[in-house]
Amino acid sequence: MDYATLLQILDATIRLATPLLLACLAGLWSERAGIFDIGLEGKMLIAAFAAAATAAIYGSAWLGVLAGIAASLVLSGIHGLASITFRGNQLISGVALNFLASGLTILVAVGLFRESGRTPPLSGAGRFDTITLPFADAAASLPIIGPLYAEVLSGHSILVYIGLAMVPLTWWVMFRTRFGLRLRAVGENPAAVDTAGVSVIGLRWAAVAICGVLCGLAGAYLSTALQAGFTREMTAGRGYIALAALIFAKWRPWYALGSTMLFGFLQAIALRSDVIENLLGFRIQIQLLDAMPYILVVVFVAFVGRAVPPRAGGEPYVKER
Amino acid sequence: MQTMPRWADVLLIPLISLLLAAFFSALVILAIGENPIEALNIMVSGALGSKYAWGYTLYYTTNFIFTGLAVAVAFHARLFNIGGEGQATLGGLGVALTLMYLPWPHWSLALVGAAAGAALFGAAWALIPAILQARRGSHIVITTIMFNFIAAALLNYLLVNALKPMGQMEPATGKFPEPTHLPNFAEMLAPFGIEFSRGAPANVSFLVALAACVAVWALIWRTRLGYEIRAFGHSEPAARYAGISPTRIIVVTMAISGGLAGMMALNNVMGEAERLVLNATENAGFIGIAVALMGRSHPFGILLAALLFGFLYQGGAILSQDTPIPVQLILVIQALVILFTGALDDMVRKPLERLFVALRGTSARRPDPRGDADVVGPGTTPTENPRAYANRTGDD
Repeated sequence: MDYATLLQILDATIRLATPLLLACLAGLWSERAGIFDIGLEGKMLIAAFAAAATAAIYGSAWLGVLAGIAASLVLSGIHGLASITFRGNQLISGVALNFLASGLTILVAVGLFRESGRTPPLSGAGRFDTITLPFADAAASLPIIGPLYAEVLSGHSILVYIGLAMVPLTWWVMFRTRFGLRLRAVGENPAAVDTAGVSVIGLRWAAVAICGVLCGLAGAYLSTALQAGFTREMTAGRGYIALAALIFAKWRPWYALGSTMLFGFLQAIALRSDVIENLLGFRIQIQLLDAMPYILVVVFVAFVGRAVPPRAGGEPYVKER
Repeated sequence: MQTMPRWADVLLIPLISLLLAAFFSALVILAIGENPIEALNIMVSGALGSKYAWGYTLYYTTNFIFTGLAVAVAFHARLFNIGGEGQATLGGLGVALTLMYLPWPHWSLALVGAAAGAALFGAAWALIPAILQARRGSHIVITTIMFNFIAAALLNYLLVNALKPMGQMEPATGKFPEPTHLPNFAEMLAPFGIEFSRGAPANVSFLVALAACVAVWALIWRTRLGYEIRAFGHSEPAARYAGISPTRIIVVTMAISGGLAGMMALNNVMGEAERLVLNATENAGFIGIAVALMGRSHPFGILLAALLFGFLYQGGAILSQDTPIPVQLILVIQALVILFTGALDDMVRKPLERLFVALRGTSARRPDPRGDADVVGPGTTPTENPRAYANRTGDD
């Protein structure tokens, strides 16, 4: 494998890791506040559809992003209603939302476009263009570092950079602000937060809403930047992979960047069967490559070592005892 | 003492949840510009209007009984097995291998052999997530979902490469040998002089599914293992204190659950297709979740819920033929049923409880904020529903 191929794969890594990163941070916000969210997949899917449909109708990718966030927030609202207000089972609610998204996207596509499970392909302003970072052209001539900057870091859509910026932002809010401290406390010991006179319900709703916004961004990225339009089940298990990445990252923002980049790299290299063949010297079945990310998720989840989830995770908070 | 009469708990609440789901589904149908009343009429005539229609409805019902029981058994140990789809896929592989590579003189023997093969493969597929959960603490929800994806890829690989007969383009096995043909309803009922549609796929495995309901009931409420499973589901520390090994319960429960999901293949692979094709399970593994929740994890409830979903599935298929409403409508209904019966249970339950308390007067005790939920679900708090089982065992 030469340097140019490596750069191509790293470039694809960043593109493929971005939706995982956004979804993983979404899960991080939710789970740190004690709300498990299996429904990341469904939120991304419905956001991807809403973004592509809006962008196709109004010809604006930014409007698409807003619509994606709004759609994702609606599902977040249902999840919050079920798991915070009515103290239902968070896993079951998440599973239901995934089915809801997968059915609704197809039904609404029929209603809007008379096409089953698709939006028309996006072009022009309906899709995010790539951005060239400053000095990328000038830096390209530098040895080793130059192409890395010009080809791997530069030349992505704005949503990729927003996703990357979310990592320090999440870290700062969660570990350096009062809001973040309280939010983490709610995930560990909600009764203590309640005793201190801070609303457990309010904090959990805030976390669920932030999760919705981030999932909305992730979904919108899929259909308006990574690909040009919505296709049926286009999330392809990314929500679940993000959850696995979250466990692997032990619920920490910077680790989440690392683990999603790792999964992104695995997805990127799975697309390049020629490279794998050269490296290994034999051909790997295409089905094995397809299954690889899922197999690796199981392996990673199994051998991650001690990953301690937030202590009150999954438990509805009951004030009166 | 209960705040609600039992009939309200087991009938009224699921019924209200179902009506809520139906109402929102009707809104969705309206939103895409179709008439919900007309859609319901088409579904009823398409799923219940003729013997042929019933033959399909009962065929789907059979699938959902198996997958519903699979989810329910795991629920009793508070495990959430989302892997029914993958386990049923592997069950299909088990059926195909047993029927293709062993000589079977008669269908009845073949049915026993295939059931063993299906259960074995399904159980094996559930075993790895179970062991990982028991030994490594890997979350079973995530691992079983991943195993669904892996099962699909594995079957794809096997059908494209190893199991496809020479010279065939389609990724499927060849037809199973003639003696393994399971009698369908028309052939079963002919000796009694009853005529049934010859084209409908419902077959003798429906009876196997009914037997599985009885077996699961006996297992859960009449055996030592069932008691241990329920005890573990209620409170892991208490079960551990009583000398019940968590590892053993998790592994055994998941193996039974996976085996039941795998046995669905008796119906769709052996009974209907008579060969193994890609995506033979058609989402039945996931519908099992809705069926188990709706049926309150009780075999009789599951039978009724499976019948309901058999109706919805067949009705939805006919609907997509006759109208522009796609067959994925069933996914939305399924999601709403899971949402209302599983996650938003309290939304329906609390007002009803208040209503019954008010009707009965002041003597009623104020309900414990979370003690009355009769859903046997994979809650994360073991103390979530201390009275649920006690109520149920008394009535069986």
